[in-house]
Amino acid sequence: MSDVASREYDLAHAGQRPDEAPYHASVADYVALLKPRVMSLVVFTALVGIVRAPGSVHPVIAFTALLCIAIGAGASGALNMWWDADIDALMTRTRRRPVPAGRIAPSEALAFGLTLAIGSVLVLGLLVDELAAALLAFTIFFYAVVYTMWLKRWTPQNIVIGGAAGAFPPMVGWAAASGGIGLESVLLFLIIFFWTPPHFWALALYKSGDYERAGVPMLPVVAGPAETRRQILLYTLVLVPLAVSPALLGMAGIVYGVVASVSGALMLTLAVQLYRRREGVAAETAAKRLFAFSILYLFLLFAVLLIEAVVPASFGPAWFGPIWFGL
Amino acid sequence: MSDQNKAPEPEQDEGVVLTDEQKRRRRSRSIAIGLVLGGLCLLFYIVTIVKLGPGVLVRPL
Repeated sequence: MSDVASREYDLAHAGQRPDEAPYHASVADYVALLKPRVMSLVVFTALVGIVRAPGSVHPVIAFTALLCIAIGAGASGALNMWWDADIDALMTRTRRRPVPAGRIAPSEALAFGLTLAIGSVLVLGLLVDELAAALLAFTIFFYAVVYTMWLKRWTPQNIVIGGAAGAFPPMVGWAAASGGIGLESVLLFLIIFFWTPPHFWALALYKSGDYERAGVPMLPVVAGPAETRRQILLYTLVLVPLAVSPALLGMAGIVYGVVASVSGALMLTLAVQLYRRREGVAAETAAKRLFAFSILYLFLLFAVLLIEAVVPASFGPAWFGPIWFGL
Repeated sequence: MSDQNKAPEPEQDEGVVLTDEQKRRRRSRSIAIGLVLGGLCLLFYIVTIVKLGPGVLVRPL
């Protein structure tokens, strides 16, 4: 048996139940390959990009764009699960995924991911916008090839650079709606880009055993918890003012400015607590708190941006920025 | 001719026999694929109408 075939056989039978032949997956297993939780975040941030883009877009075209972005994100997830099945089988968080559990053959996951990737990019390009399709194709390539195949097992900066893949969806949405790339869409990209390291490193701090067992060079495994805490704090120091900047630049309203400032202060407080509490249960609790709050933080920022775009009259005009500067 | 010299009867090859659960999963996968393809056709139809307008059929061949 060749190495590749052997790897495929081992993976296929790794978690197989005795009463179940391999590769008879249910529809739910294929849905799981799409990483629906990640997909929901991608859809949400892409929707914000669509509604905040200048000009108007027909609801059917907007829906088509969102569908393609969602399927493209799902394709990235399937390709990631195909490539990472060997290390997924070693980690408690991921070992029940369809490929390491033996319910879907690696080759099927690969074919499924490639089909959806090509299909989503083609449909987005044909029905919505070529630039958006090109950005979606780059996003899928960046996540599946640059992050999953190259960076993830090579450098502790994996999720910093790879985080760009998760930051692109609002830009894709913006391009789908406007046909271009605006400064605000770049800001949305940067907010998610700088949010990703504190979010994932907080998780990695209390799941470092998993990553160590799988040989993934996450920062806590390679540089230690102290350096990870320092870098989380540094990235949060960049993230918080960046998240307020749409209000300062007059792109977002007063409510966004207040929410970004208050939730940013909380995010920073939790990052400082994590930096200070380095031992025992308190350290783990601080990491879990920061991880949980980081999800709420990003959700709040984008939710307010979404609401402001849908009901702008209720949330004050864009002249809020000049007021902040005392102009 | 003794019994020992008789040629063995060929075993009946039944191939892969699916359990009821596996058949149910295959059916649900087939239904899902059908729904996705149907949805895709509907999407292309609606987007065509949206992009080209109701006058899509009123044009010279």
